[in-house]
Amino acid sequence: MAEIGDLHHLITRRRLLGVASVGALALTSPSRAETTIDLPLPGGPGARPITTGFPQKGPMILQRTRPPLLETPFEVFDKGVFTPNDQFYVRWHWAIIPTDIDIGKFSLTVRGHVNQALSLSLNDILHALPSVRLSAVNQCSGNSRGFFQPRVPGGEWANGAMGNALWTGVRLKDVLDKAGVKSGAVQVRFKGLEEPVVADAPRFMKSLDIDHARDGEVMIAYAMNGEQLPLVNGFPLRLVVPGWYATYWVKMLNDIEVLNEPDTNYWTKVAYTIPDTPHASIKPGETNVKMVPINRMVPRSFVTNIVSGHKVNAAAPTTLRGIAFGGDCGVASVDYSIDRGQNWRQAQLEKDEGKYGFRQWQTQFMLPSPGKYTLLTRCTNSNGVAQPDTPNWNPAGFMRNVVESVDIIAA
Amino acid sequence: MFRNMLPAIILLGVTSMPFVARAATPFELKSLKIDLPDSDKMFPDGPGSDTINNNCLACHSADMVLNQPALSKQAWAAEVNKMINNYKAPVASEDVGPIVEYLTSLKGAK
Repeated sequence: MAEIGDLHHLITRRRLLGVASVGALALTSPSRAETTIDLPLPGGPGARPITTGFPQKGPMILQRTRPPLLETPFEVFDKGVFTPNDQFYVRWHWAIIPTDIDIGKFSLTVRGHVNQALSLSLNDILHALPSVRLSAVNQCSGNSRGFFQPRVPGGEWANGAMGNALWTGVRLKDVLDKAGVKSGAVQVRFKGLEEPVVADAPRFMKSLDIDHARDGEVMIAYAMNGEQLPLVNGFPLRLVVPGWYATYWVKMLNDIEVLNEPDTNYWTKVAYTIPDTPHASIKPGETNVKMVPINRMVPRSFVTNIVSGHKVNAAAPTTLRGIAFGGDCGVASVDYSIDRGQNWRQAQLEKDEGKYGFRQWQTQFMLPSPGKYTLLTRCTNSNGVAQPDTPNWNPAGFMRNVVESVDIIAA
Repeated sequence: MFRNMLPAIILLGVTSMPFVARAATPFELKSLKIDLPDSDKMFPDGPGSDTINNNCLACHSADMVLNQPALSKQAWAAEVNKMINNYKAPVASEDVGPIVEYLTSLKGAK
């Protein structure tokens, strides 16, 4: 992660504005105007409104109005590796979300098993700690849940509950060091401003092990893609846990508590747990499985310039383009197959913007003769972990990362 | 409390990126006040629709439920019980049956 001064954002902003404006133009053109989208979820229902009703957000797939669940339309991912803030997906747990945030009054508390409890103003955080920036994918644990078979209840996302941003903020380690973590600390618990409607319902809180919290990579972000965060993406502060699922990326972060015993709160101990099995996968109906908190992400890759049903000319070169991410490390390779996985060829990887971010890839492919083809893409990450060729299954619909396929007709 | 660190940070910024030193405006945040949209969508009319409207819409809009796939009665009962036990939804015990029946009738597994 690059350490930077307070001045970096001018450059970042200039560079990113170029990317964002391209997206805005494409999406407001009349030919793309649509009010609903049909997500290809097996068994349905797949129809969702496209909403522009959320402040600071452009067109989004409306999964739930309150608390908001907004999915990024997939074509956004074809425009570059940084997902524009105004189309970055949104996921909240509880319905009471502050909508009026005064930056002069906001404070971040650091307390618990520390030498000195702190109450930091935004000024303290922006101007009195070293600033760092990092490109990282934020992906919902249940991204792609709608493709699970048999289907499972939950947010019925297609593949757009993910995004990549350049995050600017401060190291969590630096903040914890200011407070002085006492020996015997085991975890750090994070809480934001959202509250449940029912008073005795569990407040949303997530914890990381103390060594993870102090690894120098976990950060507290005050900017994404060079701008302050949209309110529904967690303004003014959001935890960034590179390589880990978004459930840990607590939004509107205002409370950090160092614990001297393991966190037993509902959201860490019970919710967001996965079977402790390869690919977090079990057979439907299987019981008595050891469950553990969801943690590191796994590799994924997607075609972004062609959708299923697309027609191409046989025996003519066609451009194939997409994105990939390694999960908890970088992308080593992206391979594609036009013969259902019998033969694989390597795609060309584009610029590396950081190991935790999206990596664009592209290639030219040719379908030899007219007919129907299924095109597969597979990412192998720098730890040597590849996407599996069969889908995983678990009752919560977490961690889908099967090799993706696109049906293409050659004529 | 971090005032003593400021000179070091400014120096780092100037020496590593001298070309932007003229525009030395630190990153600033602006206060935000927005209105989030709400939904007045109700569950489709049918036996139990009043019960589900009265019990479930305080915490979440109806679209979340209407976007769910077909699920077995057992799965719907598990969902309703999760709302009550884990998320403390104040659903009266006599309302649980009608809500599960309504959901199974609307979105039961074939």
